[in-house]
Amino acid sequence: MEQRRQVEDLRLTHLTKRFGELAAVDDLTLTIPAGSFFALLGASGCGKTTTLRMVAGLEDPTEGTIHIGDQDITNLRAFKRPVNTVFQSYALFPHMDIFENVAFGLKRRGIKDVKGPVEEILELVELAPMARRKPAQLSGGQQQRVAVARALINQPDVLLLDEPLGALDLKLRRQMQIELKRIQTEVGTTFVHVTHDQEEAMTMADTVAVMNSGRIEQMGHPADIYELPRTVFVANFLGQSNLFPGRKVATHGDLIDVDFAGHTLRVPTDRTFAEGGNGSDVIVGVRPEKMTIIDEPAPADATDAATIPESHNRLAGTVVDVSYTGVSTQYLVRTDADSEITVFEQNVLVGDRCEVGDRVIVHWASEHSFGLAG
Amino acid sequence: MASVLATTTNTAPAQGARRRSRTAYFLLLPGMGWLALFFAVPFITLFVTSLQVPVPGTSGQYMAAFDLANYPEALSYYSEQFIRSLVYAGIATILALIIAYPLAYFIAFRGGQWKGLLLVLVIAPTFASFLLRTYAWRTILADEGPITSFLNALSVLPQDRILNTGLAVIAGLTYNFLPFMILPLFAALDRIDPRLIEASGDLYSHPATTFRKVVWPLSLPGVVAGTLLTFIPAFGDYINAQLLGSTGDRMIGNAIQINFIQFRDYPIAAALSIMVMALILVIVFFYIRRAGTEELV
Repeated sequence: MEQRRQVEDLRLTHLTKRFGELAAVDDLTLTIPAGSFFALLGASGCGKTTTLRMVAGLEDPTEGTIHIGDQDITNLRAFKRPVNTVFQSYALFPHMDIFENVAFGLKRRGIKDVKGPVEEILELVELAPMARRKPAQLSGGQQQRVAVARALINQPDVLLLDEPLGALDLKLRRQMQIELKRIQTEVGTTFVHVTHDQEEAMTMADTVAVMNSGRIEQMGHPADIYELPRTVFVANFLGQSNLFPGRKVATHGDLIDVDFAGHTLRVPTDRTFAEGGNGSDVIVGVRPEKMTIIDEPAPADATDAATIPESHNRLAGTVVDVSYTGVSTQYLVRTDADSEITVFEQNVLVGDRCEVGDRVIVHWASEHSFGLAG
Repeated sequence: MASVLATTTNTAPAQGARRRSRTAYFLLLPGMGWLALFFAVPFITLFVTSLQVPVPGTSGQYMAAFDLANYPEALSYYSEQFIRSLVYAGIATILALIIAYPLAYFIAFRGGQWKGLLLVLVIAPTFASFLLRTYAWRTILADEGPITSFLNALSVLPQDRILNTGLAVIAGLTYNFLPFMILPLFAALDRIDPRLIEASGDLYSHPATTFRKVVWPLSLPGVVAGTLLTFIPAFGDYINAQLLGSTGDRMIGNAIQINFIQFRDYPIAAALSIMVMALILVIVFFYIRRAGTEELV
């Protein structure tokens, strides 16, 4: 794989797949740039696998088109598409050894001299000594790499990965994430990776599309989506969020005031995706690790509370649960308005942590808030 | 103290294992008893019979001896029936495979929720008696029947009839043992992960190549099992030849039957039976070695 191939964008236009009345994929339009590591993230049944299967040619779209560069592949049969798939269960041919499995695609295209390329790709996935073994004699992680090699050797324009790490245990999965990312960087092929594991999507992909009920909720760089989710679904699916449903009461320059159970929470205007004027519903959200938790000061002593900057949002409550996870401590706080807040605090401070039953104040910088349509 | 603890913990599982293995042998007893009573004993009796000689001056009475001459004698009388059995059973097995494979493939991959029902339909005919179904074929293939008339109109029948020819015997054998071909084929095909077929297509295989390179090799255990389960009973069958064939179409099963029941030539019948068993054993041995099933199953 010394020479990088000129690869082209994968374009889906109004792609729709209906099973009876149900639209598994609903009017999907999106461009996956050539050479990118693209993750389709969503819960099971959101349409991500159906999308992948349509690109692979294993499922016919009800409507819409699929293009690679200028070539329309919508009606091309699977065996004629410049696309290869790494299947969820690997789907290695059990009656062939590793070498034959990897050489399969080349041989079907009439390439006679397969020894060189096969050895080269087995080298890339570090399985050269296993060439004469049968799939059943390999571990899960090794089978997974054979599946990748078997697909990649054909130098497809797009490599499709259908939950490729789903069957592996956690430690091996982390290892393979790094491995796959390395291989992708090395060969420069477009990878389209379907997964329900948000951490996997975020660590591997340079673009993540969050899918829900056949539509893409939000798409972008993992950090951008995480820092600024645009819908309640994304806020909850990609990481955790604290959401406070309130009512917009005023606008001060680039900040919006939202009334949440008698408390005023401020959100930057450019981080708010709710339409409507004063009185409309706005959900204020914030990530748990952006919050700070402090003991509520005694009424006589106001010095502690004074350390909270003026620009911060604050809510008072009672600690109902503390779990120590090593790097951080996770607090569950019940506010006086009877909603629950999750707070992650890094264990960097020396001294006492808050305990269950403590009265506390949770505060965070307004710039970390985001506003969602209620 | 420590050593005492160590020994007790070490011996406990060993005892458990020993008890388990003894249980396993115990569970074998009924099966072994059955085999001894209904296979080993009759087989020995059969073998002893095959070596007997007639009591001089009587007919149908035999006495113990060690006369191996019964074997070449039986073979010289019935070599024609032996060969005919091989040919008829062989053709019937190939026909059954050709009919059963697409059917089993369809049920396994396209059956969906109807799979169970379709399988019941496959074995449903066997709920009726074997004899009855074979008699029914006499009507189906009768000289004035629709099939014979139709084929005669096309003048493709060499003897102008089907009933009482080898053709009818082969048709009967194919029909009667078809379920035993379909079921193992279905079991093997049903075990193939449909994603392997998708993967093959994804790797540039034309559907025909997918069949040749993926489906057929993975279904071989079913092909081997099905052909054996069809060939072996078809080879020894005598009902089909008796009901559907003429006297010129008799098979080895008919020869054994007629010697036992009509001629009461027990030594010849026994020698034929032993030779049938030996021949089938040899065929199965070489067939399985050829197909390399050890690796496939």
